[in-house]
Amino acid sequence: MSATTVPTGDTPVFYQLEEEHHEPGGSTLLGFWMYLMSDCLIFAMLFAAWGVYGTSFAGGPTSHELFKLPLVAVNTAMLLFSSITYGFAMIAMQEQRKGAVQAWLLLTALFGAAFLGIELYEFSELIHEGAGPWRSAFLSSFFTLVGTHGLHVTFGLIWLFTLMVQIGRKGLIPANVRRLQCLSLFWHFLDVIWIGVFTFVYLFGAMR
Amino acid sequence: MSADTHGHAGHTHAHGHDHGHDAPHSTRGGYITGFLLSVVLTAIPFGIVMGGWIVDTRVAVAVCAALAMVQIVVHMIYFLHMNSKSEQGWTLMALVFTIIIIVIALAGSLWVMYNMNLNMMPGMASGAGM
Repeated sequence: MSATTVPTGDTPVFYQLEEEHHEPGGSTLLGFWMYLMSDCLIFAMLFAAWGVYGTSFAGGPTSHELFKLPLVAVNTAMLLFSSITYGFAMIAMQEQRKGAVQAWLLLTALFGAAFLGIELYEFSELIHEGAGPWRSAFLSSFFTLVGTHGLHVTFGLIWLFTLMVQIGRKGLIPANVRRLQCLSLFWHFLDVIWIGVFTFVYLFGAMR
Repeated sequence: MSADTHGHAGHTHAHGHDHGHDAPHSTRGGYITGFLLSVVLTAIPFGIVMGGWIVDTRVAVAVCAALAMVQIVVHMIYFLHMNSKSEQGWTLMALVFTIIIIVIALAGSLWVMYNMNLNMMPGMASGAGM
């Protein structure tokens, strides 16, 4: 505080010569949040493309004919369940219950895998009906947006299984706790994106 | 550490007691509240569209969009633990910046492309001297 005054007498004066000690990984969560925000921009652009091309059916099948809302509702439920089970994994982590963390993570992975399975089934049905991404601008933007989200979920699942192995080997060490927190942000972020997908893509598409 | 715990307890439902760490301390109640709100906010738009609760498409679109926005905020608060204090407010700052960019990009794209579609309609180019 009195760094500018000349030291007189025997009052100790402290100069801050070295940087403050930062915990390793102390800024990881903020950095990861920045990544998520940039990821948000990718999805914003894909949503914009969908907004522009969503009605460009090119004489092909329309969104009203193609979208099966009951399937989408089940899919939405799967992702929402996986969100709450991941939340319970985080709570078990705070309580230092390693077994419970692993169990909740496994349940999260099962819901995530169910979501992906349903989505892949939907895609294969569409392509089988001749409504693949090459059919019209509407379908191109649909497959790009929903497919990018599905790809994120796939990588989230890979991350989830990797983390389960790491926790199994080293337990709930600070590094693993940090990774769990990052994946928590990622997983819940994907659910937030899905809110936009089911509303602006599926529900609005079905109303056209 | 304890001074600000009670002062701001009003608007931090899910984590009224952070211990000075950056990472939020989540609670079972917070997650369950968020989950139940999400279920309701998901069920209503699906009911509107699948059950035909609202006949007027424009009203249905507006209501669904509004519910989606509310649900995104619910997820942000209860699942992503957003608040104005985490990382000294930098997460919120980044979020606000991102939202501004998204609004500009989305509104701009839709506006520009809509006008272009209108002006490129076949039959309208008669006087354009193509």
